[in-house]
Amino acid sequence: MRYVLRCVLVAALLICGTAYAQTEDMVEDTVMTAMAPAPATNVNAFDTDNDHGHSVTVTWDLSVDDGGGTGAVTGYEIHRWSPAEMVTLDSLRGLLSAVEAELPNVADSSAEANLRRDSLRLRYAALIATSVAVGDDLDTEMKARRAAVKEAFLAALDGLPAAHARYPENGNWQLLGKVAAGVSTYSDAGGKEPTASSFIPDYCGFHYKVHALTADETVYGETAPFGPVECYGQWFNTGRVPVLLAVLIFGALTIIFVSIARRGADLYVRPLAGIEAVDDAIGRATEMGRPILYVLGLGTAADVATIASFTILGRVAKRVAEYQTALIVPTYEPIVMTVAQEVVKSSYLDAGRPDDYKDDTVFFVTQSQFAYVAAVNGIMLRELPATCVYMGKFFAESLLLAETGALAGSIQIAGTDEIAQIPFFIVACDYTLIGEELYAASAYLGREPILLGSLKAQDYAKAAVVVFALAGLLASYASWGHVFTDLFKVTN
Amino acid sequence: MKNLKWFVLAAVCILFAVSWFAKASGGDGVDNSVLDAFLVTLAAFLTLAIMSFLYQDNPYYKFAEHLFVGVSAAYWMCLGFWSTVVGNLFPRISEGLSNFFLVPYQPGPLNFFFAIPIILGILLLMRLSPKGGWLSRWPLAFIVGTTAGLNFVRYLRSDFVKQISSTFVPLVVDWQGFGHFFSNISLTAGGPLVMMLTNLVIFIGVFCGIVYFFFSKEHTGVFGKASRVGIWILMITFGASFGYTVMGRISLLVGRLTFLFTDWLGIIG
Repeated sequence: MRYVLRCVLVAALLICGTAYAQTEDMVEDTVMTAMAPAPATNVNAFDTDNDHGHSVTVTWDLSVDDGGGTGAVTGYEIHRWSPAEMVTLDSLRGLLSAVEAELPNVADSSAEANLRRDSLRLRYAALIATSVAVGDDLDTEMKARRAAVKEAFLAALDGLPAAHARYPENGNWQLLGKVAAGVSTYSDAGGKEPTASSFIPDYCGFHYKVHALTADETVYGETAPFGPVECYGQWFNTGRVPVLLAVLIFGALTIIFVSIARRGADLYVRPLAGIEAVDDAIGRATEMGRPILYVLGLGTAADVATIASFTILGRVAKRVAEYQTALIVPTYEPIVMTVAQEVVKSSYLDAGRPDDYKDDTVFFVTQSQFAYVAAVNGIMLRELPATCVYMGKFFAESLLLAETGALAGSIQIAGTDEIAQIPFFIVACDYTLIGEELYAASAYLGREPILLGSLKAQDYAKAAVVVFALAGLLASYASWGHVFTDLFKVTN
Repeated sequence: MKNLKWFVLAAVCILFAVSWFAKASGGDGVDNSVLDAFLVTLAAFLTLAIMSFLYQDNPYYKFAEHLFVGVSAAYWMCLGFWSTVVGNLFPRISEGLSNFFLVPYQPGPLNFFFAIPIILGILLLMRLSPKGGWLSRWPLAFIVGTTAGLNFVRYLRSDFVKQISSTFVPLVVDWQGFGHFFSNISLTAGGPLVMMLTNLVIFIGVFCGIVYFFFSKEHTGVFGKASRVGIWILMITFGASFGYTVMGRISLLVGRLTFLFTDWLGIIG
């Protein structure tokens, strides 16, 4: 029995030993097979074109082991050499921000605040050699520290080009990011403000290298460093040349048509039902002895829709002044209110009734969207206007206003260029000006040469769109088609 | 009728007090402070007051409306002052003012560009002066002119040049003869049939839509028919947009009802 047990024990030891030896072999095999992949080739780095600087684009040819993700390479890491001064700059940036945040709290004498200041003093001593007078006056001390930190920060900033030129002395490689297998470009873009943590300085000679990674991140193929390369801003964005051409052509068309209109030519604008109805609606209000409510929407005075609405308001106000009907213009924006007051005042003057103008015809309500709606809805139900005109920029309040107007029994005329709100006006109002009809309406009513001329220029621009769309359609079948389509490609 | 008004007012006050007491005493199973209970009850009351507009204009709606307008107008005024004047301007121009308003001073060389918004702002306020009112037109002209100029380029880029390039679509996609087309016909999104129909809708939609918005010619004859197709396409688009937006609005209603039934009444767990 004892003999059998000894045999079993020896056999077990032999089996374990053999298994261990095999495992060792396998580990060795694994190390042997996990060889570094072929590195990426032709690494290139250059300043990113058509930008304000602070960005370098890195490109490379894929590793032969890439295979678009099917090979050994799982992705690429991009590294940039960073001098020690960049770390100092980061520390100074953090310290500056902390000192500035502390300044308004110098009156705080709590234990927590004192601890915070002690920590700041330690950070300061570790970074800056210049000592400051530490007295009882915390305010003076913190201001002195801020001045010293700022000076050191600016000095470190000035020293960055020289620090980068020292490559490869006293610095290390910093991982910037990773891209997937099959990708051969990386944009090293950062902030332009030195106080931003993502700041990348211009005019510094950067060096880059790319690692072709495998599933085991410790095993990779490394390229030779590429550099130096500097980033800087461009004065002219060549990617926007098509926009420049469009601006020039459109500007020229506008000038031509404005001058034609000024010479007295009769430029035809097709009638717009919504605008034709305005005069009838004002007449109705006069007959009923009820006011007209004019809502300019939620846009600012600089929105195109609001500007167009001012012209229509001018026309409505003039008619209202002639018929001596009441006008109510609640506004959402103080500057819109100011402009609207000027417009209405001028219209009353044009109508020969300046004395009838009252300052409270146009008034400010609030700049909170739904509070404004609540107020206008209340006005509608209390004043029961015969006509409600909504012209300008509208958002979620469009249906609330139009439904309440319908409830008050008003004739409603609306116009907006907000695509999402047009359906609500269409279902709830009697007449709706869709999108550009609002701009056309201002020209149609005003008959001013500038407005008419720009409307005509727009029409010709639309005709150009149709012509270009047809040409693009035909070009898409031709081998040279991309030459034509590239003319309209606008980058960033 | 007058008595009815007082009766309703008394009922509302009693309901408000009961709700406040119930919320504060933890009657709904949630431990609220007296202030929290008051605020939840007030929010529920104001929600119901605004909703009472669906019945007709009434004193409760008027109360909620005036409170909402007054509070929001004051809030936006304070926000404008503290974020723009105190938050952005004072730290850049004066250390004394920065310290007074407890905002971090941003030292630096005196930048005269900051004088421009200050001057424009003061000119805008000249409107309040009976004699200097005309001065307020200068800042208005500046605001409207600069923004319109900046937007001109932006719109021309996004709404004109980019729109043109987006219309460059082939009407015939992956064409290998009628036999191949009909034998491999499918309704998958990437299939030639769907792609061709999509591109056709884009092209005809853009073409006829632009014709509708052409104001220099009367819409008669072939031009009128194309314009008619354009308005149909617009209406179909608006219909889809309407349905999509209405769904969003319903979620707003659900939000308020959730507040009433969960936070206030505690009916929904």
